[in-house]
Amino acid sequence: MASIEFVNVTQSFDKNVIIKDLNLKIEDGKFTVLVGPSGCGKTTLLRMIAGLDPQTSGSVLINGKDVTRIPPGQRGVAMVFQNYAIYPTMSVRENIEFGLKNNKVPKDERKRLVESISETVGLAGYLDRKPSTLSGGQRQRIALARAMVKKPSVFLMDEPLSNLDAKLRVQMRIELIEMHKKLGTTFVYVTHDQVEAMSMADTIVLMNQGQIQQEAAPEVIYRQPNNLFAAQFIGVPPMNIAELGIDNVMFGFRPESGVLSTEPLATHFQVPGTIVTREMLGSETIYQVKSEEQAYMIKCTEDRFVVDQEVYLGVEAGNLFFFGADENRIDREDGRFSSYLEALGGRSKVLVMRGQANG
Amino acid sequence: MSFEWKYVRAPLSFLLKAIVLMIFIFPFLWMISTSLQTFQETLTFPPTWIPSIPQWVNFSTAMNAGPFLTYARNSIIVTFSVILIQVLVMIPAAYAFAKYRFAGKEILFSFVLLAFMIPGQVTFIPVYLMLADWGLINSLLPQILPFMANAFGIFLLRQYFMQIPQEIIESARLDNASEFKIIWKIMVPMSMPALATIALFSFVSHWNDYFWPLVMTDSAAVRPLTMGIAMLRETEGISNWHIIMAGNVVLVIPILIVYLFASKQIVKAFVYSGIK
Ligand SMILES: Nc1ncnc2c1ncn2[C@@H]1O[C@H](COP(=O)(O)OP(=O)(O)OP(=O)(O)O)[C@@H](O)[C@H]1O
Ligand SMILES: [Mg+2]
Repeated sequence: MASIEFVNVTQSFDKNVIIKDLNLKIEDGKFTVLVGPSGCGKTTLLRMIAGLDPQTSGSVLINGKDVTRIPPGQRGVAMVFQNYAIYPTMSVRENIEFGLKNNKVPKDERKRLVESISETVGLAGYLDRKPSTLSGGQRQRIALARAMVKKPSVFLMDEPLSNLDAKLRVQMRIELIEMHKKLGTTFVYVTHDQVEAMSMADTIVLMNQGQIQQEAAPEVIYRQPNNLFAAQFIGVPPMNIAELGIDNVMFGFRPESGVLSTEPLATHFQVPGTIVTREMLGSETIYQVKSEEQAYMIKCTEDRFVVDQEVYLGVEAGNLFFFGADENRIDREDGRFSSYLEALGGRSKVLVMRGQANG
Repeated sequence: MSFEWKYVRAPLSFLLKAIVLMIFIFPFLWMISTSLQTFQETLTFPPTWIPSIPQWVNFSTAMNAGPFLTYARNSIIVTFSVILIQVLVMIPAAYAFAKYRFAGKEILFSFVLLAFMIPGQVTFIPVYLMLADWGLINSLLPQILPFMANAFGIFLLRQYFMQIPQEIIESARLDNASEFKIIWKIMVPMSMPALATIALFSFVSHWNDYFWPLVMTDSAAVRPLTMGIAMLRETEGISNWHIIMAGNVVLVIPILIVYLFASKQIVKAFVYSGIK
């Protein structure tokens, strides 16, 4: 078990600064998910914890201890790579055993550990096979077993599921969550898939261009995104964002907060528009509604509208977000919030009246 | 009338392959045939293919014409020492060039390429003078020391190592493996086909080498088989081709044996480099 802390960490490759003055504390025993777009520095962060690419400056602490000078093999961390990085010339057993051998674990103990771990991950019958004779999912399990058998205090995983097919991915996701519950160790999991992040994380660390945008529980990130980036990265479809027309302020709402109707609504925000696309997903339907200046994605549980239909789109005051010119979210407690809310309400009335006059 | 190309293609390709095969195999069969003929038969025209009575005695004649046990021992010691030392030097060198970043890496690697491109004929005089200076000419060392580093091998193995994903090495580091263990347990097993190919090329070229020992030796005690066989010609003024060829057969047999064992690995090496 271990906590991880980054203190003023900067990482650069060939003078390109990838991460600058980063501070982050990853709690002991939590399932922390690093998420962000491609190239934002997630892998870089993970590799610094493992000690594979030591940071340019600042320090990384594991359990409060600066590990800068400790080599990867002695940090008590295990890592699962995206391409599994299995030793291809070794059998499944030798793959799992390799770390134990290097740590001078006695032979009987090794045998016992390898057998119990292969039971856990479902590789029991395959110990003497070569990895090349196994499926993608089974190789993934070798990588997991190899990491687990060392009983690391920190588990690092870099997009471990991205090479699996959709069904297996969902299954492994559940298995990993259960594994975390059982082991109780610190998991740091990298993904660029926000669905994976939302479903697995105790804490999400959302990154963009080497900077942490928000660090919070999934529901907090979803309900109170720190800024425009967080609002648009988390959630499918992403939050609808439009200009308010005052002080360069933007307003936004989640697709499922939008209400559609053929009649004018009583909601705080509303706008007339036309349905341009309809995407039926089974239990829900996603409409794209085009108003005069903007298109909005709306998620409905009912499938009542057709393409080209004229509708009114409305959103309750409680479901509206405002973002300042600095792209940070304006809190409800903030003095400006109510005035922006009022402005949006006023604009809605004008738009609806104009819509009725035209129609 | 339409010309059906496909009926011609298969036989034609077979014929071409047969011709190429004959070109390669002809000298070989000629050697074996001659090694079993009498002196008279080697002079007849048209030449004899199948000796009337196989002259096995040619082999003992050849082997008794000089200290062939010494020659064979020298060949074996030189060739195997060269390969062993080359492999021991080549693996860590290729690993460093493929996977480490260090100051002067580019310059050092260009030296390797340079060494790979300069033929022995350019360097033999200074090397000879240097080894003579050290008083080593009357030993096997002049045939071993100059070949400790195999530039071609370092180059080829480096290319092979570069294809091995960095994450595999990093996994091993996280598994607390030393660099020595990474090389020995991961890099070497993964590049066995390349190593076998390099070792075989090296074996053939050193086992067959004539030029270098010709320059570097001045007594029978340190000469290899190739020189012993060449000297068969000089023993009686006229060329005893049947005896020389018997010697050549003896020289070639070990190569065939080694090739039989290594061929599987070698084919693998070429298949791998074809895919990746
Ligand atoms: N060894 C390196 N040398 C040079 N640049 C590097 C190196 N490693 C990473 N980078 C750069 O650092 C940036 C962040 O890379 P990183 O691999 O951390 O992204 P990521 O968030 O993991 O992205 P992805 O989701 O695509 O895996 C990229 O711009 C990348 O080009
Ligand atoms: Mg990555």
